[in-house]
Amino acid sequence: MQRAFLAVIMVGLLCSTLSFFVVLNKLSFMGAGISHAMLGGIAAGVLLGVNPLYTGAVSAVFIALLIGYISKQGKMQEDTAIGILFATGMALGITLISFKEGYYPELFSLLFGNVLAVSAADLWFLVTVLIIVLLFVSIFFKELLAISFDEELARANGLPVAFLYMGLLVSLSLTVVASVMVVGVVLASALLVIPAAAGYRLSKNYRFMLFFSIIIGVTSGIAGLVFSFNYDVPSGASIVLCSATVFFVSLIASLTVQRR
Amino acid sequence: MQQVAAALSVDDVSVSYNGMAVLEKISFAAAPGQLTGIIGPNGAGKSTLLKAIMGLVNVDCGSVRILGLAVDKVRPKIAYLPQKNTFDTDFPISVEGVVMTGRYPHLGWCALPGEKDRRIVEECLHKVSMLQLRKRQIGQLSGGEQQRVLLARALAQEAELFFLDEPFAGIDLVSESVIMGILKELRSEGKTIFAVHHDLSKTEGYFDTLILMNKRIIAFGKTKEVFRARYLQETYQGSIAVINGYNELMVVNA
Repeated sequence: MQRAFLAVIMVGLLCSTLSFFVVLNKLSFMGAGISHAMLGGIAAGVLLGVNPLYTGAVSAVFIALLIGYISKQGKMQEDTAIGILFATGMALGITLISFKEGYYPELFSLLFGNVLAVSAADLWFLVTVLIIVLLFVSIFFKELLAISFDEELARANGLPVAFLYMGLLVSLSLTVVASVMVVGVVLASALLVIPAAAGYRLSKNYRFMLFFSIIIGVTSGIAGLVFSFNYDVPSGASIVLCSATVFFVSLIASLTVQRR
Repeated sequence: MQQVAAALSVDDVSVSYNGMAVLEKISFAAAPGQLTGIIGPNGAGKSTLLKAIMGLVNVDCGSVRILGLAVDKVRPKIAYLPQKNTFDTDFPISVEGVVMTGRYPHLGWCALPGEKDRRIVEECLHKVSMLQLRKRQIGQLSGGEQQRVLLARALAQEAELFFLDEPFAGIDLVSESVIMGILKELRSEGKTIFAVHHDLSKTEGYFDTLILMNKRIIAFGKTKEVFRARYLQETYQGSIAVINGYNELMVVNA
């Protein structure tokens, strides 16, 4: 139980911080693509008896960099590349996991998350990812903001755009892995979009947007977990529904303010 | 044109997109302290020339030197204003936040803007008469106001060379006159400015030097020497008519 709370808080912090850049850079589909495509990597871990988080992380980073490379080369549209890898990774995952006997319960928790099954090793993995991603974002915050605002201007100013973009994709893929731990492959992208989307509704200033995003990400995670305990509903779905509720409240609040 | 120390030298630069030539063997050397207009019809490669100079597109061959050095060595000293709306106008950033991004090339990793940077941002916003709107979200401004903010951003960069892509396209007259006033002020401070421009009626009053181009350089030199019907006819290839031979009144069907 304590582990579940710790995991939810860390994942909330991680996802909401990254969601800020996901929303600003319009990477929502990328997040969904990586989370689904990494099922192949996760399933390989389950089959080989290795912690699926590790194999999942490796496959997520690989997929993100592959999509980034393909789209930056201009040989294929980014959404086309995501669309192909999305389904291929998912199909590979389902095929691999079907080789394991009694795979259905395991597949269910991979698809929809099971934060109560988080182990001590998983928590350490989360701490490591949290440190790596937050360090990257803190060191390069203003540069990441500049490339998010106008990539061409940032390139003209001599910022290392390719390095920053790839760094952002690696951070995104590690964050997707963390999100999968809590809400599963299918719902992972929700935590990478909803907090910042709600934050954006509440403020058109990036500092406040980031602040609201983090508050919303962490509190809706905790609220969702409490709700799932009290009403015995799946934790992943409960957390996503809590975040979505906050988003719709923010949307209504912002529309009401605009009308006045 | 004989140059002693060129602010910008472009040597034999060619660019193509998917095998189609966009720029063909462009060469010129520009002296510092000049306000240069880049003139040509649609599709003449004017924007591509700016991007090739800035290293934003791959060149097939040729080289560019700015202040005698490769572009990557002098990036903090060169400011670029792309054609407007290359950014998302819904981006959650204020007017002063946009101008502050112009200070980033001078700040190290992890460094946050300090008092000096904030003062420079304020001064630059004052110069473009946008100080009173500094807290507004960028998308809440008109096209001309956004262009003034982008110019303030370039000023905040404290650059030596300025490259502006159609700075007057689709903006109000007040903004155009504010921007032109600042460009002339920059020139008098010894800065070197290049602006892609399409309105021939104002060309003579705006620029010291002109580059007339249509994939290749048609003419390059002092405005009074190259703003001539014969060069313009060659540049616009038949889509220009000389109505009055004496005053060389021209009509462009661009």
